[in-house]
Amino acid sequence: MSDHSHALEHHTATGLDSRKVAIWTFIGSECMFFASLIGTYLVYHGKSLSGPTAGETLEIPLVTGGTAVLLFSSFFVVMALNGAQRGNRRSLLFWLSATVLAGLSFVGMQIYEFSHFVHEGLTIKTNLFGATFYTLTGFHGTHVSIGVLWLATLLILAFRGKITPEKAINLEIAALYWHFVDVVWVVIFPVVYLMKDWKP
Amino acid sequence: MATSAISHADQVPSDHAEKRGLWSWITTVDHKRIGILYGATAFIFFLMGGIEALLIRWQLARPENTFLSPELYNELFTMHGTTMIFLAVMPLSAAFFNYFIPLQLGARDVAFPRLNAFSYWVFLLGGLWLNISFLFNAAPNAGWFGYANLTTNQFSPGLNIDFWMIGLQILGVASLAAAVNFFTTVVNLRAKGMKFMRMPMFTWMSFITQVLLLLAFPVITVALILLMFDRFFGTHFYIPASGGDPILWQHLFWIFGHPEVYILILPAFGVVSEVLPVFSRKPLFGYAAMVFSGIFIAFLGFGVWAHHMFATGMGPIADTAFSLTTMLIAIPTGVKIFNWLGTMAGGSLQMKTPLLFSIGFIAMFIIGGLSGVMHASPPADLQQTDSYFIVAHFHYVLFGGSIFALTSGAYYWWPKMFGRMLDEKIGKVHFWLMLIAFNLTFFPMHFVGLHGMPRRVYTYPAGLGFETMNMLETVGALLLALSQAIFIWNIIKAWRGPRNAPADPWNGATLEWAIPSPPQEFNFAVEPEVHSRDPLWEQKRQQGPLPEPERVGGQGIHLPNPSFWPLLTATGVAGIFISMMMIQFLGWWFVVAMVLWFLFSVYNWIFEPA
Repeated sequence: MSDHSHALEHHTATGLDSRKVAIWTFIGSECMFFASLIGTYLVYHGKSLSGPTAGETLEIPLVTGGTAVLLFSSFFVVMALNGAQRGNRRSLLFWLSATVLAGLSFVGMQIYEFSHFVHEGLTIKTNLFGATFYTLTGFHGTHVSIGVLWLATLLILAFRGKITPEKAINLEIAALYWHFVDVVWVVIFPVVYLMKDWKP
Repeated sequence: MATSAISHADQVPSDHAEKRGLWSWITTVDHKRIGILYGATAFIFFLMGGIEALLIRWQLARPENTFLSPELYNELFTMHGTTMIFLAVMPLSAAFFNYFIPLQLGARDVAFPRLNAFSYWVFLLGGLWLNISFLFNAAPNAGWFGYANLTTNQFSPGLNIDFWMIGLQILGVASLAAAVNFFTTVVNLRAKGMKFMRMPMFTWMSFITQVLLLLAFPVITVALILLMFDRFFGTHFYIPASGGDPILWQHLFWIFGHPEVYILILPAFGVVSEVLPVFSRKPLFGYAAMVFSGIFIAFLGFGVWAHHMFATGMGPIADTAFSLTTMLIAIPTGVKIFNWLGTMAGGSLQMKTPLLFSIGFIAMFIIGGLSGVMHASPPADLQQTDSYFIVAHFHYVLFGGSIFALTSGAYYWWPKMFGRMLDEKIGKVHFWLMLIAFNLTFFPMHFVGLHGMPRRVYTYPAGLGFETMNMLETVGALLLALSQAIFIWNIIKAWRGPRNAPADPWNGATLEWAIPSPPQEFNFAVEPEVHSRDPLWEQKRQQGPLPEPERVGGQGIHLPNPSFWPLLTATGVAGIFISMMMIQFLGWWFVVAMVLWFLFSVYNWIFEPA
C-alpha cells in the first residue's frame, strides 16, 4: 500500500515513514473538523424551539455499552499490531478480527439508536437538537465505518499472509486513525450524552 | 553552452527521456509537470476572473448604467471573488509549491506523487464545476463569503448557491490532500544536511501555509456541510425562524477565512524573500526573524477572525480583544518588511524584472497593510465596512501583494521551469504598466469608499461625486488588462524562442539553480548535501563559477510509475459531491453509485504498484 517511490523509501530526513507523518498530519486536520462540529453542537445545546430535547431523548446505558466496545477495540488493534510486528499470524488474525467486530458492533449500535430515535419522532429536520445530534454523531459514525472498511481490508490481506512484520506499518497507520476516531468519541460521549440535561 | 548541453542530451541513452503527448500529462505523477498544470489552469481561471472584473468595472464606469442587470452583477462579483481566491491565487501558489518545494529541498519528488496528481485533478474538477454554473444561468450570487441566511432556500432558491457550495467542497478536498502531501514532503524529504533552519525562505513560508490549510479548511468544510444540510435535507442550522443563528456561519466562515488570507499571502512573502537576496547579491537579512515572524503571523491568524464581524454587534469585550490581536499582527508583518528593506540596503541591486515586481509588492503591500490597521479599530471599521474602502484594502494586499509577488516569481523561475528566458524589456513594460494601472484602479476606491459608496451594489446615482473616480477606476482596469496581455505576449515570445536558458541565469543561492533548465525528470542525478542556508553561493565562493550541469541518462534512478487512478479517484470525489446536489433530480442511487465508483478507484490505486 505504498504510495511513494522506492528511491524515496530508503531514508527520510526524520527517519519516520512518510505515511506515518501524513496520517498524523491528517489527524491534526481532523481535530479541527470535529472541533467545529462539537462547537456547533454546544452552541445550539438547549436552543431548540420545540422538543424532543437531548434530555428527553438520549439513553445512556446502550451508548455506554457502545463506548466500552469502541474503547476496547483500541486495545484489540494494539494487540493485533503487536502480533503483526512479531510475525505472530494467529495473534494478528484473532485481534484484528476482534477489532473489526467491535467496530461493526459500534456502528450497529448507532444504527439501532438512530432508527429508535426516528421512531420516537426525532429526525434531522425536527429541531436544532436533531440537526446537531445527527450531524455530529453521524459524521463520527461515518469515520468509524471508514475505519472498519480499512481494517477489514487489512484483515483480508492478513488472511492471505500479506501483513508481514516489514509491512506492519500498514496496520500501524490504520491503528493510528482508529485510535483517533476512538478519542473523538471520548469527547463526544460526555459532551452529548453525559451532559444531556445540562442547562447553558 | 547551454544549447550544446541540450542537444547533447538527445544522444544520451536515458531511462528518463522527456515524455510527450496528452496521455503522459493525464497520467503524470511528476511534481514539475503537475506544477505546470496547476500554473496553466490557474492562469486561465485568473483571466476569467479578470474578465468578470472588467464587466463589473464597465458597469460602474457611469452612474445608473444598465450594461449589466442587478442579477448578473451579483453573479459576477461573487464569481470574481471566488475565482480569484480559490481558482487563481491559491493554485498559482500551488504551482510554485509543486515545482519548487522538492527542488529547493533537494528531493526527487514529493512524498506522495500520486496523491499530488489527485489534488490537481480534484482542483480542476472543482473549478470547472463552479464555472459550469454559467451555462445553466445559475452562477453563484451571494458573494464570496456567502453569508447566511441569504444562502438558505427561502432567499436563494435555484441552483446558484448549490454550485458554489459543492464547488467549494470539492476544492477543499484538493487543498487538504495537497497540504498533507507538502507538509510531509518538507518534514521528510529534506536533503542531507538541510536542517529546518537552513531551508530556503520560500519553502519555509510554504510549509507554514500548509499548516494553515490543514487547520483552516476543515472549518469551512463543516460550515458548508451545515449549509448543505439546510438546503438539501431540511435542517435549520442557519434559519432564525427555527432557532438557528446566521452568525454561526460568520464565525465558522471567518475562522477559516482569516487564515485563508494568510494562505494567500505567505507564499507571496516566500517568493519575495527568494528574489530580493538574489538580486541584491546579499543573503536574506534576518533569516531567523523571517521564519519566526511567519510562524507568529500564522498563529495570530487564527485569533483575529471576528474583526470581519465588528458590524454584527458582538459587544465591547469581543470587539476590543479582536481589535488588539488584529493590531498585533502588524508587528511580525512590519518585521518582515524591515527585513526585506534590510536585505536590499547596501546590496548591489540588479534591476531585473523579478526584482521590480518584488519591490512593487513591498510598496503596494505596505499601503494595503496600513488600511488594514485602520479598520482593525472597530469605530473606524463601522464606517468603512461594506464600502469601497474595504475593496481598496484587500485588492492592495491580494493584487498589489499576492499577484505582484507571484508575477515576480514567474519571471524569476520561468527559465528554470521552461528553459526559456522571458524578455527583460517587455517585462519592464509589463511591470510599469501594471503598477500604474493597478494604482489607477484601486487607489480612488479609498476615496469613494470613505465618501460612502457601498460595495456589491450594481450601480450608483449621479451627483454624489462618485463619477470621476469610478471612470478613472474603469480606465485603470482596462490598462491592467492590457498589462496582462503584455505578459501573455512575453510568454508567447519566449515559447517561440530557443530553449537556451542556462541552469543559473540569476546567480541563485538555492538548489534549484544547480540543475539544468528545465530539470530532468529525476531532478538531481546525485542527491545533494547542504552545509549552509545558501548552498549554491557557498559552493561558488569555494569553487568559482560553476560549469553548466550536464544532462545525464539517470540510469538506475527509480521514479514512481505514471498512473491514471488519481484522475479516476478525483472524478469519484467530485461525483460524490455533485450527486448530492442532484438528489432532487436523480435520487439517492446516483450518490450510492458515485461512492462505489470512488471506492473502486481508491482500491485500484492502493493495489497498483507505485
